[in-house]
Amino acid sequence: MSAPGTFQFCARLLHRQLLLAVRRPIDIGNPLLFFVMVVALFPLGLGPAPEKLADFAPGVLWITALLSNLLTSDTLFRSDFDDGSLEQLLLAPQPLYLSVLAYMLAHWLTTGLLLAVVAPVFAVMLSLPMAALGILVTSLLLGTAVLSLLGGIGAALTVGLKRGGMLISLLILPLYMPVLIFGSAAVEAAVSGVPAGPYLAILGAMVCLAIALAPLAVAAGLRISIDA
Amino acid sequence: MWSFFHKLGSPPWLYAISGVILRWLLPATIMALAVGMVWGLLFTSPDFRQGNSYRIIYIHVPAAVVALAGYYLMAIAGAINLIWRMKMADVAMRAAAPVGAAFTFIALFTGAIWGKPTWGTWWVWDARITSMVILLFLYLGVVALYEAFDNKEAAGKACAVLSLVGMVNIPIIYKSVDWWYSLHQPASIKFTGDSTIDSSMLYPLLLMIAAFYALFTCCLLLNMRAELLQREARTQWVRKLASAAEAR
Repeated sequence: MSAPGTFQFCARLLHRQLLLAVRRPIDIGNPLLFFVMVVALFPLGLGPAPEKLADFAPGVLWITALLSNLLTSDTLFRSDFDDGSLEQLLLAPQPLYLSVLAYMLAHWLTTGLLLAVVAPVFAVMLSLPMAALGILVTSLLLGTAVLSLLGGIGAALTVGLKRGGMLISLLILPLYMPVLIFGSAAVEAAVSGVPAGPYLAILGAMVCLAIALAPLAVAAGLRISIDA
Repeated sequence: MWSFFHKLGSPPWLYAISGVILRWLLPATIMALAVGMVWGLLFTSPDFRQGNSYRIIYIHVPAAVVALAGYYLMAIAGAINLIWRMKMADVAMRAAAPVGAAFTFIALFTGAIWGKPTWGTWWVWDARITSMVILLFLYLGVVALYEAFDNKEAAGKACAVLSLVGMVNIPIIYKSVDWWYSLHQPASIKFTGDSTIDSSMLYPLLLMIAAFYALFTCCLLLNMRAELLQREARTQWVRKLASAAEAR
């Protein structure tokens, strides 16, 4: 049997990751559930006045999305590291750059994408104006892709460590901050009727930069973690 | 020229040469700090708007400048370690992280003290302050990641990757917080064009910046020497050093 081509290899990896996720629906559900619960905490903490909630809604939704993404990024490479398939991936002739990209794409499809789809429901619950919902979804789609890519860096660096969970948040939260700033700024702009295009464009630029550079760091991080 | 680089890879040589450098640099640093401090605090005229409170500039600005430069030094040392596998670059990176974190903290702390009388508040979330806080987090992340690894060689490489990722991010972070309305004044020392700071205040400030760079170098070298001794504790030259110290 001949070895699969690079594209085929990555497609199979993506398929495998998605299949694994679908077979354990609780792993897909958990971050969404976390998102729902944390969003429900804010009206309890801030008071139920709709105009106040609407003021805070862009920031609240974005911070919550960021935290729920952070929670899942720790597990990105964990099980494959434990059972040794990560080592096989490193030995494979296909470029590691593309295969880790497939991992992170799968991660985004099972977290960020779903989060962006359900977010409008909770935005309405926080009385975010209807006009801003489209921008909210778009900004989440773009932003969570960057978050997944950055989270991959943290996951790759800490995958060999026993107590990586807390550490990963210290490592990648500073890197998340620009995404948070532009993501919530885009939604806020849409709420106040200012064109949100520039913010979305910057988020898009961040996605491009992260796709180009993050897999390099992830690949280097995985090599270091496997060597250790 | 090349033999200098090869010698840099040798721990005993680095230990010896850093000792020689420190013997001269440490007194010079203390002298420069003392002169700059006395000049800045006693012999410059008070600012026409801020009065005497502006004098903290002689600590605040140098600390902030060196804190930023220290991060680049750490990241470049990390890159050298990744690319050429120079062990001493790893030692330098490891030594730079806590020193840089300390300078960042000094800059933030003196900034808060300065902010109270001039802006009327200890803290504002403006662009530069926020990026300095994030810089502190990046430094602490490197320290924490290093401590988490049992295998110190892997720890050095992982920290190098992290600090390089951080280096790409610093301009992005800075620009992204920049669009906030800023209370901070724009840079007043410019290499091109006229400085907006009076020369009687500028010269002691420049002296203090140079002194802080020297201070950073001293701290870095002292830290590196301690790290070297710890790493090489089982080797012949460290034992010889220890027995010589005992005999004295």
